[in-house]
Amino acid sequence: MQATAGFDSLIDRDSTARSSERATVCFHCGSPCTAAAAAELGTASRTDGKSFCCAGCKTVYELLSENGLDGFYNLAERSGKPVTVGANAVVDRYAFLDSAEVFGRFVHFQDASVTRVTFRLPAIHCVACVWLLENLFRLNPGIGRSSVAFTRKEVTVSFNPVQIPLSKVAALLDSLGYAPDLNLADLERKSDPVSRRLWLQVAVAGFVFGNTMLFSLPAYFGLDSFSGPGFKVLFGWLSLGLSVPVVAYSALDYWRASLFAFRQRRMSIDIPIAAGIAAIWLQSVWEVVSGRGEGYFDSLAGLLFFLLCGRIFQQKTFERLSFDRDYRSFFPLSVLRIDSQNASENRVALDRLAVGDRIRVRNGELVPADSRVLSEGAVIDYSFVTGESIPAQKTAGESVYAGGRQVGGSVDLEIIKPVSQSHLTSLWDQDAFRKPKGDAFDTLTHRYSRRFTWIILGIALASCLFWAVRSPDKAVKSFTSVLIVACPCALALAAPITLGTGQRLLGRQGIFLRNSGVIESLARVDTVVFDKTGTLTVPRSGSMRFLGEPLSALERRALFEVARHSTHPLAQRLVELVRPLSDSSVSSGRSTEAGMKFQETLGRGVSGFWNETEVRLGSRAWLAQTGIAVPETTDDSQSVWVAFNGKFRGGFALSSPLRPEVDTLIRSLQQDLRVELLSGDSERERDRFSPLFHGLESMRFHQSPADKLSHVRSLQDGGRRVMMVGDGLNDAGALREGSVGVAVVEEVGAFSPASDVILEASRLPQVRNLIDFSAAAVRVVRISFGVSTAYNLIGLAIAASGNLSPIDCAILMPLSSATVVAVACGATHWAGRRCLGAPLSPSVAESNNPIPAKTTTKEEKQS
Amino acid sequence: MNVILILIPVSLAFAGAFLLAFIWSVRNGQFEDTDTPAMRILGEDDAVRAPLSNLSEPETENLK
Repeated sequence: MQATAGFDSLIDRDSTARSSERATVCFHCGSPCTAAAAAELGTASRTDGKSFCCAGCKTVYELLSENGLDGFYNLAERSGKPVTVGANAVVDRYAFLDSAEVFGRFVHFQDASVTRVTFRLPAIHCVACVWLLENLFRLNPGIGRSSVAFTRKEVTVSFNPVQIPLSKVAALLDSLGYAPDLNLADLERKSDPVSRRLWLQVAVAGFVFGNTMLFSLPAYFGLDSFSGPGFKVLFGWLSLGLSVPVVAYSALDYWRASLFAFRQRRMSIDIPIAAGIAAIWLQSVWEVVSGRGEGYFDSLAGLLFFLLCGRIFQQKTFERLSFDRDYRSFFPLSVLRIDSQNASENRVALDRLAVGDRIRVRNGELVPADSRVLSEGAVIDYSFVTGESIPAQKTAGESVYAGGRQVGGSVDLEIIKPVSQSHLTSLWDQDAFRKPKGDAFDTLTHRYSRRFTWIILGIALASCLFWAVRSPDKAVKSFTSVLIVACPCALALAAPITLGTGQRLLGRQGIFLRNSGVIESLARVDTVVFDKTGTLTVPRSGSMRFLGEPLSALERRALFEVARHSTHPLAQRLVELVRPLSDSSVSSGRSTEAGMKFQETLGRGVSGFWNETEVRLGSRAWLAQTGIAVPETTDDSQSVWVAFNGKFRGGFALSSPLRPEVDTLIRSLQQDLRVELLSGDSERERDRFSPLFHGLESMRFHQSPADKLSHVRSLQDGGRRVMMVGDGLNDAGALREGSVGVAVVEEVGAFSPASDVILEASRLPQVRNLIDFSAAAVRVVRISFGVSTAYNLIGLAIAASGNLSPIDCAILMPLSSATVVAVACGATHWAGRRCLGAPLSPSVAESNNPIPAKTTTKEEKQS
Repeated sequence: MNVILILIPVSLAFAGAFLLAFIWSVRNGQFEDTDTPAMRILGEDDAVRAPLSNLSEPETENLK
């Protein structure tokens, strides 16, 4: 792998260049300070002998120290985020927030004097951030309380809109280095009221469980002998009273779920549970009212307590991740519109854009809607929406599709289609996005309980009939006893505990599951489909390879000096390739060679002189046009051609390096799974991947987002269970259609299309282990089912004989649940150690480390 | 043993009080975010001036 080696050597060179400058680092953000910047800023007033990397960091330091917020730096050294924009320039950027309709959608509480708004700030990363953001009120009198939700990376700010407009609040956060991530899709996500109710249900069940146990103890230990039967009656009625909230409130979800399943004519685990609860309660009420006993109220409350605890355990969510994002979270909230009358620019909300509007898209910004190019210099990087790895050049009059990213200068566009009807967003109109994914009844537990429930009902009826003949007074009791004992509490706990533990273990490995049920789907995967750009290869880091006689040092230098003056992305990558190793004029970035006569034909090529050497660099057609003899070739993998002093020299090919260990991963997957490649890129990469993927039909190129979706669908219709691994918006359909969609992200928390699994790019080689571990976890669930069934058989034997006593029930039920929980937990951890290996260090894993190590260098993040 | 007739209401009242306290804390949102308070405590509390009183809104707003 030539390409990978070339790329690595580039990185090495970069880091050595940086290490020489590490002596002075910015007091605010810890970035290295160049000598020039430190000299320029360090002598200015009020910096107290501290050095800064840029004016932005210095401004933040001054702002904080003036307001007595120096404490920020004591909490975590150099923990600030690098700031690039001065405080004044940013206010304009947020001005659109003050327009009424945008304002109304952001703000979630408002009265005469207080407005409350929540911003997502991806930059939140440490204790000092929390402290600073919660002391915002000291920076502006219009701001009241602000509170940070660290795991969600959100800050909720109360402010007085008369004193400070919303745009200023956002600008203040930005000027501190916490640029708000403004998009509406994320804000529509609200805190989940279901989990609050679950906590309350557990609390009620636990309270009743404890107290009824106290009331039951006298009966279990035969204390009636000296306290008299009066207490027995009293305790019975007290327990009955306490059980009412359990049945009516804590068990509410089971009543609803079983009613739903009954209406759908589907058997589910909830039906035997609800039947068991009803049987226990009615039997107990009858015993208490008729004065025959004290009932099974303690077992009832205990049962619900355990069941609900299992549910809470299963409700693990990764709060800083969003598994349901669509294109709306990817697009910016506002765009720069050019007013046709007075040619002024103003920021407007995305959904106020109309067909015919003119907009300006700057370097690095997204094209928000299908549009026509009005000015020269449009170079659109579609890698995230189509998978094409080379940016496309567009001239005036051509159309560009929504989702592309402009690289290079700014460009003017005219909207030709509304945002919601663009080429890309129409993907979300497909059926796959409307129907809910998977079948709620098709889980291990439900499949098992379907057989189980009929058997139990059979046994209950049989024992009822048996006793009806032998001694009729035991008939009803044996019927209800069977239902009570068979109430599949342990069974219902097996899957949540196992899969919930599995989800946590995977989270520690940098593999995040939407919910624990995904493990079941993972275990059944038999086909793995990979996207190429950004998934198997490293995005936006494509390195160039020179094809032809190796360049001499002099030629490299000439090429470098000419190419660095061009803003074209391919020229920029070329610069990276031929950058001289050690040269003072390069690292300082000063322009050289006054008379180098640089000329650029936009989008075609560049020419220039360096030390008497003429360099021409550009497309084949352009070189031929300028009178250079270019040899004929059919190979279209080379995209930049070069000639020195009028003589053709060779071409550069662009190739994105494969992620590390991708080849090992694919080979190990191929042992027992079908592996395919679906790429939006052109055929030119076929040769490179053919040694990895067997057979021509397992690789498809030129795939549009809709093609990917329909290919995955046809695989699934053919009975295959597909795991789709992708990263971009073009994979969104396939991710949604496959049994399991795995989104690969460069950085956890960054945008990823809706998926079931979010995987850090560095953990991609773990896909094999992920599948193995899921299969092991499902085996653990089956073993737990066996354990729980064994307990049920013992209980059933007692129950069918009509001799079930409250104390048998009180021992058997918690014992079976505890055994199942212990087996499930233990076995899953064992499987995790075997399949996954040691967990990642805490800073990379599940929750990011709030207290940064003081020696952490920022280089890694920035490179 | 008649003392039990007094002890039972007392014990139920105590346990009920804890239940109510728990219910209050859940509804107050204390189980929503269990990480930030642990970090908040590390900040310095030399708050020279508190947020303006007219800008602190009622706790119950969390309920919705």
